[in-house]
Amino acid sequence: MIPALTILTAIPAAAALLALLAGKRVGLAKTIALVATAASLALALRIWFGLGTTGSMHFVEHADWIPSLGIEYHLGVDGLGALMLLLAAIVSLMAIAASRKVASQPGLYFALILLLESGLFGTFTALNFFHWFLFWELSLIPAFFLIKLWGGEGCGPAATQFFVYTMVGSVALLLSFVALYFATGSMDFEALANMAATGELTAAITAHLGPISLWLALATLLGFAVKVPIMPFHTWLPATYSKAPTPVTMLLTGAMSKMGVYGLLRLALPIFGPQLAEVRTPLLILATLTVVAGAWAAAVQKDLKRIFAYSSVNHLGYCLLAIFAVALPSASSPAIALSQTAALDGVVLQMFNHGLTAAVIFWFLSMLESRSSGVLGINDFGGLRKPAPVFCGLMGIALFSSLGLPGLNGFVSEFLIFRGVFPLTWASATVSVLGLLITAAVILTVIQRVFTGPLPEQWKAFPDLTTAERFAVAPALILMAVLGLVPQVVLGTVNATVMHWLAGWRL
Amino acid sequence: MLAFTIYLSFAGALLLAIMPSAWSRGARVFALLVALAGLAVALIAFVQAGAQGTVAIVDLAWVPAMGIHYTLAADGISRVLVLLTGLAAVAGILFSWNIGDAEGDRANEFFAFFLALIGGVYGVFLSVDLFLLFVFYEIAIVPKYFLIAIWGSTRREYAAMKLALYSFAGSAMVLIGLLAAYAQAGSQTMNLQTLALHPFPIGFQMWAFPLVFTGFAILAGMWPFHTWAPTGHVAAPTAASMLLAGVVMKLGAYGCLRVAMTLFPHGLDPWGFSFLGIGSWRTVFSLFAVIGIVYGAAVALVQNDFKFVIGYSSVSHMGLVLLGLLTLTQIGIDGAVLQMFSHGILAGLLFATVGRIVYVRTHTRDLGMLSKLQLGKAMPFAATLFVIAGMASMGLPGFSGFIAEVQVLIGAWQAFPWFAIVAGVGIVVGVAYTWRAMQRAFFSDEPALDAQGAAIPIPEYDPVTWPEIAGTILLAGASLLIGLYPRLLLDVIAPAVQALPHALLTGGR
Repeated sequence: MIPALTILTAIPAAAALLALLAGKRVGLAKTIALVATAASLALALRIWFGLGTTGSMHFVEHADWIPSLGIEYHLGVDGLGALMLLLAAIVSLMAIAASRKVASQPGLYFALILLLESGLFGTFTALNFFHWFLFWELSLIPAFFLIKLWGGEGCGPAATQFFVYTMVGSVALLLSFVALYFATGSMDFEALANMAATGELTAAITAHLGPISLWLALATLLGFAVKVPIMPFHTWLPATYSKAPTPVTMLLTGAMSKMGVYGLLRLALPIFGPQLAEVRTPLLILATLTVVAGAWAAAVQKDLKRIFAYSSVNHLGYCLLAIFAVALPSASSPAIALSQTAALDGVVLQMFNHGLTAAVIFWFLSMLESRSSGVLGINDFGGLRKPAPVFCGLMGIALFSSLGLPGLNGFVSEFLIFRGVFPLTWASATVSVLGLLITAAVILTVIQRVFTGPLPEQWKAFPDLTTAERFAVAPALILMAVLGLVPQVVLGTVNATVMHWLAGWRL
Repeated sequence: MLAFTIYLSFAGALLLAIMPSAWSRGARVFALLVALAGLAVALIAFVQAGAQGTVAIVDLAWVPAMGIHYTLAADGISRVLVLLTGLAAVAGILFSWNIGDAEGDRANEFFAFFLALIGGVYGVFLSVDLFLLFVFYEIAIVPKYFLIAIWGSTRREYAAMKLALYSFAGSAMVLIGLLAAYAQAGSQTMNLQTLALHPFPIGFQMWAFPLVFTGFAILAGMWPFHTWAPTGHVAAPTAASMLLAGVVMKLGAYGCLRVAMTLFPHGLDPWGFSFLGIGSWRTVFSLFAVIGIVYGAAVALVQNDFKFVIGYSSVSHMGLVLLGLLTLTQIGIDGAVLQMFSHGILAGLLFATVGRIVYVRTHTRDLGMLSKLQLGKAMPFAATLFVIAGMASMGLPGFSGFIAEVQVLIGAWQAFPWFAIVAGVGIVVGVAYTWRAMQRAFFSDEPALDAQGAAIPIPEYDPVTWPEIAGTILLAGASLLIGLYPRLLLDVIAPAVQALPHALLTGGR
């Protein structure tokens, strides 16, 4: 059998070397990156359509690596993994397309983006902790340098803050899994999840290390809490998102933030389900806080990049809400199982939808930025609909997707999340509805300040989207509408995966 | 076939959105043809279905894992309201015929939003699946926002944002209620007809009902959540005012009846205790409705902006709709549905007269200014039209408003006599504000003098155009037709009301 997942991860890594060789030739480096990413996307699509309907792991690759340490080369994807591969490929493609002016060292720039992409692919396919952690960290390094070397004013401290925060989370994560290895002798996600489902895992931890399984769960959670982020661990995010070059922000919010949610679904819930259930209430409070305060923080920002940075916190907050809501302490009834399914379906779709929508919004911001020579304050614009109707119309579609307008992708996943969460925890769900309302106000305010109202003299000649740009963004916008109108195209496979999870997990 | 009202509108909107903006004159002709086609479909379906019960239209699995279906069907109430939407759409385009005359009007975008709004409204009236209904309900919010924010007047950005946020807040409340009902009923289906058969526990209905009812009633302009309505109506361009008052407020009232009251009829039951004489949600909302009737009329009486008069009169008239629904009697609910149709037509006519025919020629809506212009002589068509629309609106026999209001009052008299009396007072105030506005705008005796005291000659205004005449005939004709022969609608409405859950038609006993 062809090792499709290994090839997928290797394509951007190999292309990164080629791009590095391209040196100062921007066009060549960009072409290499585009071709490699397009090839990855094609392969990711092939993988997605090869999943079947059982919801179990497919394209599994298994080989010994360091047997003495229980480390195996173990890859595989289910509906979640394959969808994230698609997302990573799509967002990378958009980020590369949006990288129009690279100030210096274009070869290195595109090589780092490709390396980041490879790290994403590796993270979304690895099923052994050692191997997974390698890619988790690997993706961090190119992101750090991309922010530091090509970012805006003050990007150095932002990059450092981003790196340190994420690193602290990673170390906690690492310690937790080393402890698990000592207790069980395994680092394999599936093996650990199976042990958790039978209750062996907690027993083994208590036997070998004492009653610390809750602390291990919290340490694992911390790693993801920083990455997603969960408030109050979000403080690195606004500075990082606004200082990073916009194409890198697309990758950060579109794909890298999903690594955290992915970790919660792949590691935290299956392995530490009972422990999370113990602290479910405080976690739900933090998730609700993330939803509402994230939206509110977006409402008081004046810089467009910061507004959408906080808006991302809000949108991923719905994922956290659903993930913590399904972590139930008691045995499940059919009605509860149905709600859990809906909530997790919603989470997986929301990961994809938010990734797509946020990346497109930041893409538009990069086009806005390049037309306004760097100005991105919400009060700096006005009336852009007159000189640039197509720009505003198409960006409006992305904005309304973010607002959660029915007919576009965002609505479906948020609806599923609320549908699932409401019966599981009505109080958090009800308070979180405030997040939807505030987000609506934020998006409408952006539209009002930027698109309508009086047109300042300096933007009278604001250039509309070129034909090339229109065709470049069109596929993403069409995808938004398709996912909004016929969610079944993705939901069928996702639902099968979620049913498969819930059948095996102990929740 | 009624589904084509939705598809035609959205397809038309899409085509207009991608049409080159230079074709602004073509845009309005195209939009008119689309709206006419929608009206024709609505009319044919209305005639074909006659007094039949619910007519199924389409039923497809949409998100099968969640039991969500694309289900459309129409009972008598839906068919009447779809017909109203068709009429309002055609009239709205006829009365916006001046859009596209000037360069930079972006007429194609205007009519694209207009048709998208109409498509959403058709969708709400035809949806049987709650998810679908909610989708269309939300879709209708966005075009409203743009129509006001881009083409509006007085404080348009404030008004548009206020309208959108009130609408979103209302739909958030509705969403919570719908999800709760769905989960409570076993999470198998979102079908309204199936869910209506589910015996929701009384305690559940007691909180779900007020939540969902209020969520929808916000859009129906229920006091004290009505404040978006006057500002929105005044800021909106004429066609959007006509749609807002004509059909969008009906969405709210329709949701109150079709979702809140149908799913949770026992939410209207007495609480078992009473506070200051208020012993149930039914009394609370009836009280709000009655306050809305009187308050809206009283505020309309002291307005100086002609459009605010009509805006507040809408709040008053929608109060009658809500009161009629809450009477829980056959005649009261019949009257409420008829009042929805009637007010939809008449509000459209009034906004057209004030915002289009008069304002476009005089460039003022201030009643003090208008009273010096001798419009009764200078603009006889507008004066006649306003007399007709005003008379119909104040409930003169022979027009649709009369028969609707009488039914609501009879129902209210049976259910809560005191409220009926107060509502009657509100109707009298309605006569007063209409009379005052008519007097000041058209038949003032104030001499037309300039600052030096010299007489100003009566100016020559542009002649009345054919779209204005056509729109007038359409709306005034519909009102007169229904006023003279209300059975045309009542024979369709009554069986549909009879088919409502039994608990709704007990008259509170």
